[in-house]
Amino acid sequence: MHPAPSVIFFSVFSGLGFGLLVWLGLGIPAVTGGSAFAFFAIAYILAVGGLISSTFHLGHPERALKAFSQWRSSWLSREGVCAVAALVLMALYGAGLVFFETRWSIFGVLGALFSLATVFTTSMIYAQLKTVPRWNMPLTPVNFLSLSLAGGALLAGQVSAALVLILIAGIVQGVTWMLGDKRFDESGTNIATGTQLGNVGSVRAFEPPHTGTNYLLREFVYVIGRKHASKLRVISLLLMSILPFLLLLLPFNHFLAVIAVLAHVAGVLVARWLFFAEAEHVVGLYYGKR
Amino acid sequence: MTTLPTHTDKKLGLVIDLDTCVGCHACVISCKGWNTENYGAPLSDQDPYGADPSGTFLNRVHSYEVQPPQGEAQLIHFPKSCLHCEDAPCVTVCPTGASYKRVEDGIVLVNESDCIGCGLCAWACPYGAREMDQEEKVMKKCTLCVDRIYNENLPEIDREPSCVRTCPAGARHFGDLGDPDSAVSQLVQERGGVDLMPEQGTKPVNKYLPPRPKDTLPEAGPEFDVLAPFLEPVINEPKGFLGWLDKALEKI
Repeated sequence: MHPAPSVIFFSVFSGLGFGLLVWLGLGIPAVTGGSAFAFFAIAYILAVGGLISSTFHLGHPERALKAFSQWRSSWLSREGVCAVAALVLMALYGAGLVFFETRWSIFGVLGALFSLATVFTTSMIYAQLKTVPRWNMPLTPVNFLSLSLAGGALLAGQVSAALVLILIAGIVQGVTWMLGDKRFDESGTNIATGTQLGNVGSVRAFEPPHTGTNYLLREFVYVIGRKHASKLRVISLLLMSILPFLLLLLPFNHFLAVIAVLAHVAGVLVARWLFFAEAEHVVGLYYGKR
Repeated sequence: MTTLPTHTDKKLGLVIDLDTCVGCHACVISCKGWNTENYGAPLSDQDPYGADPSGTFLNRVHSYEVQPPQGEAQLIHFPKSCLHCEDAPCVTVCPTGASYKRVEDGIVLVNESDCIGCGLCAWACPYGAREMDQEEKVMKKCTLCVDRIYNENLPEIDREPSCVRTCPAGARHFGDLGDPDSAVSQLVQERGGVDLMPEQGTKPVNKYLPPRPKDTLPEAGPEFDVLAPFLEPVINEPKGFLGWLDKALEKI
């Protein structure tokens, strides 16, 4: 799959932002006034910035409002609904904390739930696709949620929670890669089922429909960088999990915490790039490619 | 509404005969011609006369080499367009309701004025039947020539999809696959029509007729070779200068 930068940035930063909102919604840390404003500002910049960047890959962003209408069937529509609900609820909750020094916990808890739901619905957009076997497994939402909660804990300054969650997120990431590697073969889809010519003999793509490229090949058959996948996985895990874990073990220091956050974000960005670049769409089979 | 209808009155679709298709791509061109001039946004090309041409097509013809365990390899031309699936995954993923499946005839369509161009429906389609037009930024797909098949301004003979009307080999058939007595259903029954990627659970309406078993080539022998005396090469060896050159080179 083509790793569109807008979608990578969206899913990483909004995942972080909503992860932070989950913690803030539950009152961890219990901040009010100016420091609450700072925490909420960071969360909103990440979450809203991510959402805005996601509209860059739309062909017609001016029609984006229509995307709230199909929540009955579409995970993408549900994501939009959950995101707006979370942002509105958390804005009310945040206003209470910042301006009135009061904690309207009903808004906070509901906002935290919708924030979690937003990350879950984002992951389900990918996990629902049978056409991309690597994504089509229950571990995909676990992967997204664990990263979001770990990143949120890190941003919320919850050192002991972050220590555990970052380790869990790293393990989940590793297992996701290992199981994901087998998914395409397990899916049972291959050139023989695609063409239904398997009972004649072994099938080989002989001539593509066009000498040039097309939308399908650009969007779904992205092979650049796969040869470095194993190195990138190691780099990603080191940055996302191991380095922040070690930094958090040291006596607390704001400078080290910032390094830990930056390393984590960089690691998740690499992982998300791999999430797309390594994913193979079954349509490639028709072109004799994967 | 992007939830799928529980029932469609008809299941209009195509039956594609892989035994008959000669791979001429006439269906591709006629499809592009009709659909760029009629319903919806035109099918644009990018850099059409340049070094890296590409464009939007609703129908593409692949060619596959199939090597049986014994005998000669076969070349099979393979036209592919939207299969108008009963469980169309492209419809349910659409966030805006632009994608829908019609209750009256089962055709899967895109309402282009509602499409935000997110591309998720193309991701959900295992067959590569949907392509985002790079100029109009909306999703394009086969409409089963919905603007031909009911079009009373056309002579009756033309009220079928453009690809079917054009095919010079008669490899494409159009009809109601929901009606067991229709000509297309009968054809599917007789020839053992199949679904592409059945494991994807899309329940395609379009069916593919597998190639018939090939005749075995007779071994070349005197009993078959009635024309052989007339067809034998007149000159087995080069003569004149080439003959000399041939001999000279042999000696080196």
